Amino acid sequence: MTAEATVPTLATDDPVLAAFAEEVGVDGPVAVEGGRTRWSLGGELAPGTRTVRAPTGIVAYTPDEMTVTVRAGTPVADLRAALAERGQRTALPERGGTVGGAVVVGESDVRALGLGSVRNAVLQVRYASADGRIVSGGGPTVKNVSGFDLPRLLVGSLGTLGLVAEVILRTNPMPPVSRWLRAGDADPQAVVDRLLDPSAVLWDGTTTWVLLEGHEPDVDAEQITLAGVGSFVPVDSDPATGVPVALPPNRWSLAPGDLVDLDGSATGAFVAAVGVGLVLAERPQPPRRLAPAVAAVAERLKQNFDPTGRLNPGRNPADR
Amino acid sequence: MARRPGFFDRLRPGRSAGSEPEPTGDPFVDALRAALGADGVRIDGAHRALHSHDASVFDEGNAGPVCYPSTAAEVQAVVRLAAEHRRNVVPRGAGTGLAGGAIPLGQSVVIAMTRMNRVLEVDTTNRIAWVEPGVINLDLTRQLAPLGYHFAPDPSSQQVCTIGGNVANNSGGPHCLAYGVTAAHVVAVEVVLPDGELVTLGGLDPEPAGYDLRGAFVGSEGLLGITTRVAVRITRNRPEVRTLLLSFDEVRDAANTVSGVIAAGIVPAAMEVMDQLITRAVENYVGAGYPTDAAAVLLAEVDGLAGGVDLDAERIAEIGRANDATDVRLAGSEEERALLWKGRKTAFGAIAQIAPDYYLHDTVVPRSALADVLTEIYAIAERHEVLVMNVFHAGDGNLHPLLIFDGREPGMLDRVHAAGGEIIEASLAAGGVLSGEHGIGLEKQKFMDRMFTADDLDHQNRLRQAFDPGCRTNPGKVIPSSHSCADIQALKSVPREVWV
Repeated sequence: MTAEATVPTLATDDPVLAAFAEEVGVDGPVAVEGGRTRWSLGGELAPGTRTVRAPTGIVAYTPDEMTVTVRAGTPVADLRAALAERGQRTALPERGGTVGGAVVVGESDVRALGLGSVRNAVLQVRYASADGRIVSGGGPTVKNVSGFDLPRLLVGSLGTLGLVAEVILRTNPMPPVSRWLRAGDADPQAVVDRLLDPSAVLWDGTTTWVLLEGHEPDVDAEQITLAGVGSFVPVDSDPATGVPVALPPNRWSLAPGDLVDLDGSATGAFVAAVGVGLVLAERPQPPRRLAPAVAAVAERLKQNFDPTGRLNPGRNPADR
Repeated sequence: MARRPGFFDRLRPGRSAGSEPEPTGDPFVDALRAALGADGVRIDGAHRALHSHDASVFDEGNAGPVCYPSTAAEVQAVVRLAAEHRRNVVPRGAGTGLAGGAIPLGQSVVIAMTRMNRVLEVDTTNRIAWVEPGVINLDLTRQLAPLGYHFAPDPSSQQVCTIGGNVANNSGGPHCLAYGVTAAHVVAVEVVLPDGELVTLGGLDPEPAGYDLRGAFVGSEGLLGITTRVAVRITRNRPEVRTLLLSFDEVRDAANTVSGVIAAGIVPAAMEVMDQLITRAVENYVGAGYPTDAAAVLLAEVDGLAGGVDLDAERIAEIGRANDATDVRLAGSEEERALLWKGRKTAFGAIAQIAPDYYLHDTVVPRSALADVLTEIYAIAERHEVLVMNVFHAGDGNLHPLLIFDGREPGMLDRVHAAGGEIIEASLAAGGVLSGEHGIGLEKQKFMDRMFTADDLDHQNRLRQAFDPGCRTNPGKVIPSSHSCADIQALKSVPREVWV
């Protein structure tokens, strides 16, 4: 973990990545196994698919660049601990699993207002292609418009375009103060409207939980603002999930403005991330259809990146 | 979404209703005119010459007919007619690009988006605005001001550049340090695909189903399709702002202050550095109140709530002093703050006093390498006897070396290009990237294989071909010819005077 380690070497010169590409090989159905936390997302893996594991470990971490280079097989918890030692964090959600899994699943934490979204956190991606080559997209710096945005394409791709081996993630300083508050009588939309930058506003139809983060005087000031919206009291969060409420298993993605119509009749019991549009619910979201012309682009993408359909067969990000 | 007639509709040139456009003898042009009306298609030499250039130095542009669609349906009509007649298309916003991305090659049809310039809807519940691509960046922010919102990406050209161009280039700006570049502020784009289909990529919900085609589209420099409508995120204005001006005797001290601030866990809204030459030019030009005896000045801005901004501003001042700042000034009024920013934003205009021509570069290096790479850039310029000034987005390591010269001097342009090439190589060697916000366009194609392997470029081209299998949309850009489906040599060999 030295400053020199930020100088990019060509992916093809890295023996660890080369070994991973060789293991992926050039034929036969193959998938990467991470923590299996979202194993059935987008469809069941086709029977007979060989599974491999991505390399592990933090390759380079330079806190004052606000970037970390990490192998895809590294547990998210290990990365979190390493960053926390230097007072930083990433947008990856706290639900176990591996870094590579979190990236190809692409689901943001319910605290996305404060942590940022996964799709904005990946600066560079290195993956094994369907023909067993290591391919890089993006770059090592926090700002980069060199060529097409392969990192964003790979986020949420469920490993159907390439098997992710390593990523460079944007990191952010941890705020000096994080404070959860709870009220049973607050309109969650009024909370979002009144506060400048809450890190999370969660709502289950009755109770509203708010995460305030920042310098202590700002958090205190926002807490005073909140007192005008409801009778908020401080509450502890669960260290395992980072939130003070149990989250139901299924995930809905809605326009933030549509949350006002949420009454649980379609979702069952729910916890909604107000201002984001994520809803964690008892029941799954009904299938969402891609417009035919969008589906045609997606099919050509899959065909161009994986002509024989060997990467994660059975899974399709459109069916999530 | 209902398209309400807006203010700009009344300014729009009237359609020559009823009067049939006169046949030109060119069936393709006649078909375009039938679709867009005579005033929607220009083929005169002046129009074609104007649209053969953007704000870059490249002169290989060769525009075909210039089309001015007013609706997505008209964009579809142009794209379909071009495909039928086997002609290429190039979308264009304000033409402020610096990498040649909007320059048409081989008499491509130019699709100028300037008539599609309405803000269609502002939705504060979803925190988005639907806009047409020809809306000017700063006009959007001005329209949002009464509601207490703004559009965060603020490129230096924001008074003239369009949102559609910002989407194509994934534009940045000084305030992207804290708020992120355009890709983080576009939730959905309506696009005419190269086959003429109209689609919406992304959505107002946070995790739409399928591949993130919106993410792939933003920053694709007009190669994947033509934007006809954009849902941009709108950002709440901050109640408090503190702007500091720190002066240094050494450029290195300014660079180290920038690294020190980030290392201290502060992410300011902006951190901009200007060296002495540019500071003096700006002072002569607008009198922004910059010290002219300092080797470098750092403009740092923090925003948010009152308590936090005071703490952060104080800490930045301390870090500056620890790095030998000779002067630390906090803007005492909104007027003073506006003047400090005016200086930064007019920097490129100010250099016209020094020499008639400039070439603005754009690379990114790790923050920790800023001081060393700057030293190298001064040495490169000296070796090639070119004047260099530096004004840059220091917070995210985004360098903008400005080479200043008189193009009439024999051999000068060659020296400028040689120095530019060495600056790019020095940035890459320090662990940097080719471009932070200008894009690749025509300018940096030949450097793409310095940053990417053949396999990397092959995959970028596979992405491109998924959108544009025929390579008809802005061909000859971004991907070097050896990895691209387009025959770039053929594009460049169409003589300018021949009307094909």
